[in-house]
Amino acid sequence: MNSFKFSRKVLGIPYAVFLLVFVAAPLAVLLYFAFTNGQGQFTAENLTGFFTDPNTLGTLFYSFGIAVVTTAVCLLLAYPAAYILASGRWKAKSVLIMLFIIPMWINFSLRITALKEILTWLEGNLAYHPFLNTVIGMTYDFLPFMILPIYTAISRLDGALLEAARDLGAGEAQAFLKVTLPLSVPGIISGVSMVFLPAMTNYVVLDMLYNSTYIMGSLIGSYFAAYNWHGGSMIALILLAIICLFTLFTSGMEEENVRGGTLL
Amino acid sequence: MDKRTNIIELKHITKTYEDGFSAVEDFNLEVKQGEFITFLGPSGCGKTTTLRMIAGFDIPTEGEILLNGKPITDLPPNKRPINTVFQRYALFPHMNIYENIAFGLKQRKMPRAVIEKKVKKVLELVDLEGFENRRTDTLSGGQQQRVAIARAVVNEPQILLLDEPLGALDLKMRKEMQLELKEMHRELGITFIYVTHDQEEALTMSDKIVVMSEGKMQQIGTPEDIYNEPVNAFVADFIGESNIFNGIMTGKLRARFCGGEFACVDDVEEGTHITAVVRPEDVALTSPERGTIRGIVTSVIFKGMHYEITIESGKNEIVAQSVHSAAVGERVGIRVEPDNIHIMLAEDHTNIFKAEINKNYGLEYNGRILNARLTDMIKGSREDENGTLLDANGLEIDRQKIRVMVSIQPQDIRMTDEIEQGLVQGYISNLIYKGDHYSYVIHTDLEQDFVVDDEYLWNMEDQVGLLMPEEKMTFTVRR
Repeated sequence: MNSFKFSRKVLGIPYAVFLLVFVAAPLAVLLYFAFTNGQGQFTAENLTGFFTDPNTLGTLFYSFGIAVVTTAVCLLLAYPAAYILASGRWKAKSVLIMLFIIPMWINFSLRITALKEILTWLEGNLAYHPFLNTVIGMTYDFLPFMILPIYTAISRLDGALLEAARDLGAGEAQAFLKVTLPLSVPGIISGVSMVFLPAMTNYVVLDMLYNSTYIMGSLIGSYFAAYNWHGGSMIALILLAIICLFTLFTSGMEEENVRGGTLL
Repeated sequence: MDKRTNIIELKHITKTYEDGFSAVEDFNLEVKQGEFITFLGPSGCGKTTTLRMIAGFDIPTEGEILLNGKPITDLPPNKRPINTVFQRYALFPHMNIYENIAFGLKQRKMPRAVIEKKVKKVLELVDLEGFENRRTDTLSGGQQQRVAIARAVVNEPQILLLDEPLGALDLKMRKEMQLELKEMHRELGITFIYVTHDQEEALTMSDKIVVMSEGKMQQIGTPEDIYNEPVNAFVADFIGESNIFNGIMTGKLRARFCGGEFACVDDVEEGTHITAVVRPEDVALTSPERGTIRGIVTSVIFKGMHYEITIESGKNEIVAQSVHSAAVGERVGIRVEPDNIHIMLAEDHTNIFKAEINKNYGLEYNGRILNARLTDMIKGSREDENGTLLDANGLEIDRQKIRVMVSIQPQDIRMTDEIEQGLVQGYISNLIYKGDHYSYVIHTDLEQDFVVDDEYLWNMEDQVGLLMPEEKMTFTVRR
């Protein structure tokens, strides 16, 4: 016991254990199931199966479509809102902030249930517009995650930069396009990544809004529900790969922009 | 008479904010084509606000701005042939040096070839050839400053506005840039309007200086005029260090201040209240017997070229500069040559005295605590839990480095027979009947003269206490 020395490394042990148990081990299990068949033999069938089955591919594209549309709608709604909030020109700013925050205090499923009732009342039967309803539901759910990073990016903007642009002959619109917009790109990117990825997988919204089409999340769920752990693991792995690629892509853009890349 | 035309005229400019605070009041100025003019004053004096109104970022609440005789008061900044060099450069971080400098030219839709030529030329002017593709954050402060200047002058503005452009640079760099800016001004022939709180910078660079305080122009003139002939105590104090005393004319070419009677060259009528200004370099130290007044040396600081010696005489503090050192505690005499005493009529008879700052950031005078706190005087300042005074930016304010001057009007002071109740005690050394009241000069035990207006007649040599209500006092903080 005398040889025990308390160093900073010791403090890392609980975290290392945590990572091992909750990250590394599940990943290993996932990998194992993804590349084995029911007999425990190595196989790549699960992988080829995914890319040859029109059903799974269709689900991938459908998820992608939902995610792209939801992200685009969120961005279109969030940017003006964030801009108004950050520029502080509007006196009832706090009211707007509350309007965005209050729904977040309400339980998620309750919120979607309420939305469901409203949509049913408007449309008669939810089954008529499953795609539209899903996009509305997800936008409602994810909008704050888009507003917040953009709001932060715009409000961090040095007012002197806008004055400099005006001083150098830019009108208000030009100053916005040449200064505010390019400098808020990092906020847009983190907003997009915070909305796009959940939108591809969050099937609770679909379920609650009676959209019976599968997206990636529900597809995985269905495989596991049918005790096909191998196929489910493979789809989960593919989704993980997509997320990794997406993150690499956006963080690369963000870095470029921080260094001053003229994205726009 | 200067025959050059006025490029810009400010007529009765006033800027009042929604909360009623007036940043600039009734400001009038004419700037000639090609002049280098400097707005000089402490922070919060309205110099930056005035500059922003010329640039178009702020719109005056009253008054008119004329550019070449045409009103531009409400014109937005992008419509004015005026460019600004910002305090912290405000370079666009998402653009390289070339794009930063070309920004204004692109807005004017110039052909690409012309833009390239102009950018190249202006980069030569600021000694940054070959920096086109560098990012702004790879440049040093001095280089960023040059880019900011290049970005403004490349547009060939009629007026270049510079808002404390050298404030963020270190001393050596600042000196270099001062000379370069001056040189650039000569080369370009553009009118420069420069804002600074650094009096040395203003004296070095300007053709003309506008000294501002509390939103008002105090004096306008060449650097020599401002230094040698300050019109009031504020200007005298702000431009170079000065000893400033309240006093009274006691005879032809004789003035009494600082507890002594001095010969002077300004012919002012006997009995007039005056403000006397003596530059530290003009204070001569001699033996106690030969001095006009005597005092004790309280501090000696070596300043490289000279010693800065502080002498206490009564309650007056006199700062002298001398090539010879002195010992702290030494008793010395002080003489001032008559033509080195600058006498100004105390246009108003405001009494000004220095308050002491005690440990709790309260104010004291004559050993009595005044009902006033430092945190109320410095905008945005507060005291943290350790009792340290912090400014609006959370930086510590060194108590030793600030002075608080208290001013109070003669009609706001009352005299009392119960002398111990007064904030300070003294005797009546002069009285003049002013039609509806008497104007008294009280010479206090602290060797200072206070002017007091009273409608009743008191006698010469009466011992009195002076009652000064805090709510009538105005406090000025110098840092």
